[in-house]
Amino acid sequence: MPHSKVHNANHNHFGKSMTGSEIFVRCLIEEGVEVVFGYPGGAIIGVYDALVDLSDINHVLVRHEQGATHAAEGYAKATGKPGVVLVTSGPGATNTVTGIADAYMDSVPIVVFSGQVPLKLIGNDAFQEADIVGITRPITKHNYLVKDVRDLARIIKEAFYIATTGRPGPVLVDLPKDVMAQKTIFEYPKSVHLRSYNPVVEGHMKQVKKAADLINGAKRPVLYVGGGVINSNASAELAALAEKLQCPVTTTLHGLGSFSENNPLSMGMLGMHGTWYSNVAVSYCDVLIAVGARFDDRVTGKVEAFAAEAKKIHIDIDPSAISKNVMVDVPIVGDVKKVLKKLIDLVQPADTSDWLKTIDQWKKEHPLRYKVGNALRAQYVIHKLGEITKGNAVVVTDVGQHQMWTAQFFNWVHARSHITSGGLGTMGFSLPAAMGAAFGRKDLPVISISGDGGFQMNVQEMATIVEHKLPMKIFLINNGFLGMVRQWQELFWRRRYSHVELYNPDFVKLAEAYGARASKVTEPGQVEGAIRSAMEYNEGPVFVEFAVAKEDNVYPMIPAGQTVNEMLDTPEPVAVTAEGDVAVEEMMILTKG
Amino acid sequence: MAKTANTASAKANGEEKEQKHTISILVENKFGAFNRIAGLFAAKGYNIDSLTVGPTEEGDISRMTVVTRGDDQIIEQITKQLNKLIDTIKVVDLTFESFVERELVLIKVQSTTESRSEIMQIAEIFRAKVVDISSKTLTLEATGSEQKVDAIIAMLKPFGVKELARTGRVALKREFQGDV
Ligand SMILES: Cc1cc2nc3c(=O)[nH]c(=O)nc-3n(C[C@H](O)[C@H](O)[C@H](O)COP(=O)(O)OP(=O)(O)OC[C@H]3O[C@@H](n4cnc5c(N)ncnc54)[C@H](O)[C@@H]3O)c2cc1C
Ligand SMILES: Cc1ncc(C[n+]2csc(CCOP(=O)(O)OP(=O)(O)O)c2C)c(N)n1
Repeated sequence: MPHSKVHNANHNHFGKSMTGSEIFVRCLIEEGVEVVFGYPGGAIIGVYDALVDLSDINHVLVRHEQGATHAAEGYAKATGKPGVVLVTSGPGATNTVTGIADAYMDSVPIVVFSGQVPLKLIGNDAFQEADIVGITRPITKHNYLVKDVRDLARIIKEAFYIATTGRPGPVLVDLPKDVMAQKTIFEYPKSVHLRSYNPVVEGHMKQVKKAADLINGAKRPVLYVGGGVINSNASAELAALAEKLQCPVTTTLHGLGSFSENNPLSMGMLGMHGTWYSNVAVSYCDVLIAVGARFDDRVTGKVEAFAAEAKKIHIDIDPSAISKNVMVDVPIVGDVKKVLKKLIDLVQPADTSDWLKTIDQWKKEHPLRYKVGNALRAQYVIHKLGEITKGNAVVVTDVGQHQMWTAQFFNWVHARSHITSGGLGTMGFSLPAAMGAAFGRKDLPVISISGDGGFQMNVQEMATIVEHKLPMKIFLINNGFLGMVRQWQELFWRRRYSHVELYNPDFVKLAEAYGARASKVTEPGQVEGAIRSAMEYNEGPVFVEFAVAKEDNVYPMIPAGQTVNEMLDTPEPVAVTAEGDVAVEEMMILTKG
Repeated sequence: MAKTANTASAKANGEEKEQKHTISILVENKFGAFNRIAGLFAAKGYNIDSLTVGPTEEGDISRMTVVTRGDDQIIEQITKQLNKLIDTIKVVDLTFESFVERELVLIKVQSTTESRSEIMQIAEIFRAKVVDISSKTLTLEATGSEQKVDAIIAMLKPFGVKELARTGRVALKREFQGDV
């Protein structure tokens, strides 16, 4: 299996003359790259040839280049190491664009290597030429066209360095065919020196003190934490700060798992589909401590009203993230872990017991809820999955209603256990990203959860998954609709459904045709058994289709651009019986913390 | 709920106080660096009044001078976003410092035997040079601050300006009044 491969970072090769293609492979070995997701073609054929002799690199042949980029993202998010992609020029390169844009929005460190037509043909509309450096300029942290083989090793070193440091992000390196065929002496630089790129990580002590002063005077503090905590591996520091302050914590979609939802201080997720009480707590808090979170509009709603009563502290490694959407009072530019360590020593626990009591009351009055009934519901599937795995899994969702229900009803306890496409919201993300995660993580089960729409956007990777016998659990939440769009049409467009109902294949047969073990669940009573048997099977992938209620909505919901005052909580469960009586249906409830 | 100055995205709101800023950017003289900066302004919808680029005393560094408009928040984002680009070495908003600025203009103005001397007089006042002459036109070269360039153009307009090319502003921080 790939991850167990031993890499010979063999310095005997330094000082030897070799082709660009060989240098490329040697550089990856030097970087400790375990796995490359790729797809060959004419412009990159020389590099693929070098892979034959230098088989230390585990190359996974995906079935579509979009799959390669999402796989690299999933690998990176699950392991904290950069994901690597190798594709050919023209269509191979343009197929990576969605994944690159996704990685850019969600700050995921991936390095994409694309073949390019020979230097002398660039600009000639040569066969399979595309200006991928131009195309990806606005969606990469940085990109390169290698014009001289003597620059290749340095550029590769810089690419990995830039992708993984500061605010992480995608870097693309374009490799013209003739450059890769030229020879030069191979040396891999030990370090990177870029006079124009020096991320600030330490956090200014003066600012940290100001933040501590604000916090020490707070009666109703809230920690609002995001993906930066996970990137910084700072869950322990976050927990220590929250405990010391007895401060309630709410996470963004990307922050899920950074703070255990088993901790009574947890309020679950905030934002458009966050818990009622986390959103209300934010609007009543007097000090908001934003940690590695970027005030996205799905979190803030109408910015003028977001935490309007609060003084705001913002810890972020990217200066441009600060006061971009919402003005803050105390910005701290730096790495979350380093800043939190300093902050913990300076804060003095205030008495927050009244505040916590209020929040507990809100939790009782407005828990997450869903109808029990006879129909199979997605919320129930996710709720059970959380119970059965106890949160010990890597869960990779797609985009839509199932994504929000998973965020709400799974119990998140570990960092890097939740992976999703948040910023770009890319349907088709889950299956390939989960595949990438499964290549990187052997210690935990990897579960892909998709809707029937998104699953079909990268379904081709089923072949890759089966080929590599990855022990993934592939759960399809089939509601026969593009559910999230249908929900918007129902709630905000007078239920005029426009092109949201899906004609679908027989998914079980489809999964079986790829060679996966597959089954279908149609009743609540079958859920637990199906999940347990999937979790026990480790010889290869298991596919389970859950045929759920066709029309069901995600609540709570703050309509786009609005405030907590407009929040729609789960409607009361009334049903009209055959006799015309009104009965209250049974509801399952879930409370975070 | 209390109304606070929460919003940072007043971009769409034209009523915000917009001010002209001259931003000087030192960038690595590398393939694509110029595109990255121009592309940033386009992608984020920032205004560009003028943009100049050229080599500096150090061969591998270029200086770009951008004249842009926006309220404080937008200008802050512009400088942060410029700094974020990997090739950017230094970004200075000269607006808050004392700086020297120059712009060069070439103006091709219609002239007849009667008007020629009058045009030459105006040129002299503005210390402009005649760089080309024909029976029907005079081409003048003038340098100076933006206001000076605006002024000479205004003065020549009545004669009929046939063609005009302005370089946009270049600027350097002034050393004279003591360093900051
Ligand atoms: C259908 C749908 C619905 C959604 N609904 C919601 C919702 O209800 N609630 C919600 O929260 N989101 C929701 N999202 C996701 C939302 O669009 C954003 O992607 C998300 O809120 C951003 O999370 P974040 O703030 O944690 O930032 P991320 O995108 O994770 O960015 C991380 C931030 O941390 C910083 N950072 C990174 N590393 C470090 C470090 N080492 N030290 C310091 N700082 C660091 C970065 O500079 C960045 O500012 C939804 C998405 C979709 C598709
Ligand atoms: C590539 C892409 N196209 C379109 C959208 C817009 N979109 C957001 S959610 C959604 C519906 C998703 O339906 P499905 O995959 O069945 O999941 P469900 O919402 O039913 O759980 C659509 C079309 C998107 N996010 N990504």
